[in-house]
Amino acid sequence: MSGKPRLTYLNGRGRMESIRWLLAAAGVEEELTGFPSPLLLDGSLLFQQVPLVEIDGMKMVQTRAIMSYIAGKYNLHGKDLKERALIDMYVEGISDLMQMILMFPFSPPDAKEKNLESIKDRATNRYFPVFEKVLKQHGQDFLVGNKFSWADVQLMEAILAVEEKVPAVLSGFPQLQVFKTKMSNMPTIKKFLQPGSPRKPPPDAHYVETVLKVFKK
Amino acid sequence: MAGKPKLHYTKGRGKMESIRWLLAAAGVEFEEEFIEKKEDLEKLRSDGVLLFQQVPMVEMDGMRMVQTRAILSYIAGKYNLYGKDLKERAWIDMYVEGTTDLMGMIMYLPFQPADTKEKNLALIIERATTRYFPVYEKALKDHGQDYLVGNKLSWADVHLLEAILMAEECKPDILSAFPLLQAFKGRISNIPTIKKFLQPGSQRKPPTDEKFVAVVRKIFNI
Repeated sequence: MSGKPRLTYLNGRGRMESIRWLLAAAGVEEELTGFPSPLLLDGSLLFQQVPLVEIDGMKMVQTRAIMSYIAGKYNLHGKDLKERALIDMYVEGISDLMQMILMFPFSPPDAKEKNLESIKDRATNRYFPVFEKVLKQHGQDFLVGNKFSWADVQLMEAILAVEEKVPAVLSGFPQLQVFKTKMSNMPTIKKFLQPGSPRKPPPDAHYVETVLKVFKK
Repeated sequence: MAGKPKLHYTKGRGKMESIRWLLAAAGVEFEEEFIEKKEDLEKLRSDGVLLFQQVPMVEMDGMRMVQTRAILSYIAGKYNLYGKDLKERAWIDMYVEGTTDLMGMIMYLPFQPADTKEKNLALIIERATTRYFPVYEKALKDHGQDYLVGNKLSWADVHLLEAILMAEECKPDILSAFPLLQAFKGRISNIPTIKKFLQPGSQRKPPTDEKFVAVVRKIFNI
């Protein structure tokens, strides 16, 4: 429809990062906007929250709703209900892992080490083994239906996010290592991984401070 | 396919309740296998039937589905409760995410430390009446139709009714400022499949009390 999707969020990853990944993977350019502070309170935000993505005449909120729409629109959500279900299951599992990483910078200092251990434990014992097994069992390049989907994008994002915290995390997962390389070489993802893309850096102290200020209740 | 869906969860609401609601609203009969002690959960895990070692798990159409949203999305899609196109689905998703956030707060309330309960309850009521309910009230007002999306019953309507009833359990007159939601509540409650689910003897589960909190804590080690 009219123009590029317009994303409203802070200048950082947060809950918008997965949306940036998916749009980029689909080859969709986002409209560059500034980062409003304080945030809009003009009724644009359905539940007074961001992320907000203006796309196809809608002011979409709620991360999952937004990603589901993008996935559906750009044929990244499987070919039928059952493939969609599988993609949804994988994405939801990965989201749980990503949630731990999302919240990590906001942990109290004395909980940081424990939380990092939890991330490592969950990644290596609960989540990565599942996807390692899926890839091994069907021997295909992509998680679902032998076709690039939202699940692959989400898994790629998660692998890189965990590696930032636990560099050798893929050491026990040869299939995932191959997967990571293949994904990195897909043209749209390759472009997203290069400097100058909409990809945001890992959260730092300044970002944490900004979030606390902007979102304080 | 063959057989009724089979739900694996505890005997309480938790994350499975929205699934029970949606199946019931769709007129789908289902079976339940209850996790009553830690060993039951451990057995499911060691049998390798829980993709991420977690419940809810629903055996349905040859799949062992996990992750609440994935399950709900599948049911909605299968039983035509997910809109007629991508945009209607987007609206349904947005509305459902909102009611999920609200019900999530209510679900965790019994598990919170006693000295925070009052504050958390007050926050739930504030969020319900200033963030969530106004959105649905306005949606109904703007289009004047009986249902939230596309003039047809959808997952969003079922989920909203569930949220309304849960919120009323927190504060009985919580809908006092929302006349359209009151009418909505009456209307949706009278849909035959939902009416049946709201009657005693259905598979609807009661609110979680302190005794059940202790059971859950033991099963999930929390």
